[in-house]
Amino acid sequence: MYRYDSYDQSIVDTRVEEFRDQTQRRLAGQLTEDQFKPLRLMNGLYLQLHAYMLRVAIPYGTLSGKQMRKLGEIAAKYDKGYGHFTTRQNLQYNWIKLADAPEILAELATVEMHAIQTSGNCIRNISSDQYAGVAADEVADPRPWAELLRQWSTFHPEFTYLPRKFKIAVIASEEDRSAMKLHDIGLKLVKRDGQIGAEVYAGGGMGRTPMVAPQISDFVPEDEIISYLEACLRVYNRYGRRDNKYKARIKILVHELGVDEYKRQVEEEFAHMRILGLNPPTEELNRIRPFFANPAYEQGLSDDLDRSDPAFALWADRQVAAHKQPGYAIVNISLKPRGGIPGDASAEQIELAAELAENYSFDELRVTHAQNLVLPHVKKADLYTIWQKLDAAGLAEANLDLITDIIACPGLDYCSLANARSIPLAQKLSERFASIEQQKDLGELKVKISGCINACGHHHAGHIGVLGVDRKGVENFQLSLGGSGAEDAAVGQITGPGFSEDGVVDAIEKVTDLYLAQREEGERFLDTYRRLGMKPFKEAIYG
Amino acid sequence: MVEFLSFREGEATQEPAVTVESFTGQSNSTAVRIEAGEDARELLPYLDRLSLVEVNFPAFGDGRGYSAARILREAGYAGELRAVGDVLVDQLVAMRRCGFDSFRPDKALDDDAAERALNRYADVYQKTVDGRRPVWAKRHPENVNG
Amino acid sequence: MKILTGNDLGTGDVIWWAGDGWSRQLADSVDVGDKGEELAGAEEAALRVVAPYVIDATVTDEGVRPAHIKDRIRALGPTVRPDLTLKPNDADAGNWVI
Repeated sequence: MYRYDSYDQSIVDTRVEEFRDQTQRRLAGQLTEDQFKPLRLMNGLYLQLHAYMLRVAIPYGTLSGKQMRKLGEIAAKYDKGYGHFTTRQNLQYNWIKLADAPEILAELATVEMHAIQTSGNCIRNISSDQYAGVAADEVADPRPWAELLRQWSTFHPEFTYLPRKFKIAVIASEEDRSAMKLHDIGLKLVKRDGQIGAEVYAGGGMGRTPMVAPQISDFVPEDEIISYLEACLRVYNRYGRRDNKYKARIKILVHELGVDEYKRQVEEEFAHMRILGLNPPTEELNRIRPFFANPAYEQGLSDDLDRSDPAFALWADRQVAAHKQPGYAIVNISLKPRGGIPGDASAEQIELAAELAENYSFDELRVTHAQNLVLPHVKKADLYTIWQKLDAAGLAEANLDLITDIIACPGLDYCSLANARSIPLAQKLSERFASIEQQKDLGELKVKISGCINACGHHHAGHIGVLGVDRKGVENFQLSLGGSGAEDAAVGQITGPGFSEDGVVDAIEKVTDLYLAQREEGERFLDTYRRLGMKPFKEAIYG
Repeated sequence: MVEFLSFREGEATQEPAVTVESFTGQSNSTAVRIEAGEDARELLPYLDRLSLVEVNFPAFGDGRGYSAARILREAGYAGELRAVGDVLVDQLVAMRRCGFDSFRPDKALDDDAAERALNRYADVYQKTVDGRRPVWAKRHPENVNG
Repeated sequence: MKILTGNDLGTGDVIWWAGDGWSRQLADSVDVGDKGEELAGAEEAALRVVAPYVIDATVTDEGVRPAHIKDRIRALGPTVRPDLTLKPNDADAGNWVI
């Protein structure tokens, strides 16, 4: 885990006082809402349907038990006893009072957390692989680079008023667990001739015009990544569209220029910038790297597991992933209980996760873009105890990557941008497919629901995606198939006319029935869809 | 309230700024005004004879001027670099960091608020063109790169 | 009818213009006729409301009903957390928003 030094702490503390000053000016009437809005948005404070909402950054999805506990305490003290984990690995509080916001930020600062740039047209929280540091297939732990980028992007003076928001992901494995190619810029660390560098992908994104990012460089050496990104951002800042917010993301610029021309402009800018000494010295990366070193694993532990309790065995088979260290495991904690609200966790559940991290996972937790939690370093011998504690807290659902492990945005129940409610649909699907035997039979199946075109629920990347729209004041749901946010990233195709809430649940069941009838040995839903194409599914749905 | 803010020594340039087009066309003017969307690099051949570059911010959320300023400073421009238009107190720090050294906002600024904003952050994370040592350089003073 | 709504500046609570001040209860809403914008401006300037706007509504047997689902959800609370709505003891309250 990265720990702040006095510089990092001072910058975050100063931001708290700056925001306190801005909030006081607003409450005293010295700032109008028009003037205050961009200031509060820069600090993740939105005005939503029922109250202010505060989005707290969880950089690259990693946090300590102490940080997690603080998130739970804030939920209990300032909110209504819960928080919502988002597809950007952040946490949102739904019921915040404006006057409390500075105090909440001050409390966050005591555990080295903040809400800086969790909104606004700037570089947002850097996302990464929830298995970073423990994945067997990674070239290196990507988080030291992510932390380097967190610092570089914090209050970057040139890139604070970009045409639109800007999201960066850093991964280091072949398997993409972070939807890297659906970010404005995706970095994939690779090794060439013993040296680490990054493949760079630019212009991915979801929203109104979903695009999978093309590669713009196959190798940027690690000590030039910052200046290369400066070049990418500068070209975007200068030439990205500002006339239409729906065409302002970098994906539109890359698409309109063509990837080769964008790349040429970046290279030209990079030629100017690489000689300016913008890159932190190697010593800085070397300073950060040890914070993410392996914890002190016990050696010689057994990989045996007592599977005599069938309920435990079911959970362990689903939620536990292989760890690079013998005798250890990665535990995925589902935040998708049957009929529950995807990503929501109560203050008590957050506290429990903190306690489990401290006692059983070297004081470390991760948040995934699929709105679940991860305990990254668990002794296999402790799995049964952990499962019992999770089960008692309603956190032992065994549905990782199954049809009920649904991603859903807050939707019209909370969000002022939404056109339809996402959560009730997720709940209905969760009930319809409640049978775990049925879920296991269906296998990996990623359902993703967004309540509006902004696509916070990643519906374009769902094997099955649902987009809520407003049809003359009535909620309506469009179904899409075949998307993927993984290394085989793809944008889903719309099936046809939309449905009511119940209608889309029925339609999804027709889709899964066809899959079960048509699949060949070893095929996931996505594979069958790709082999058969849309036509038979369309016939099954509308026929 | 203050209508003009300068961090330069001596008198501010009084010469009216001309458009980029007329400047590069013929003019012997030494002051030019860049509108958002115009390419600051067109001015690079003329940096020696320029004493004032105004960069216009049509709206505070239009950040193109930050790149324009930094490009000019990176190329060695040492004359006055003035931000004009929708320039607000909360943008001053970022503008200073990108090389602006004078400001003529559409609406006058509160002096105290401006001073507070400009002195608020003791440290910065990035190396830009303002000469401030980024945190990484302070952390590794033995390294010349800062 | 036209009614005026917004959020309380300090708490963020959803509020409705009740004729002589603001109420948390939609039922207290009054018809603002063509005075909505003017009222909104004055109340916002007085720091009693943030982001006020005028909406269409009808009077039904169950009381005032905003024309759009978004405002009906604002009036009730999140339908997925009945315990946090203004009608925590009415399990079917969520049906009203549809």
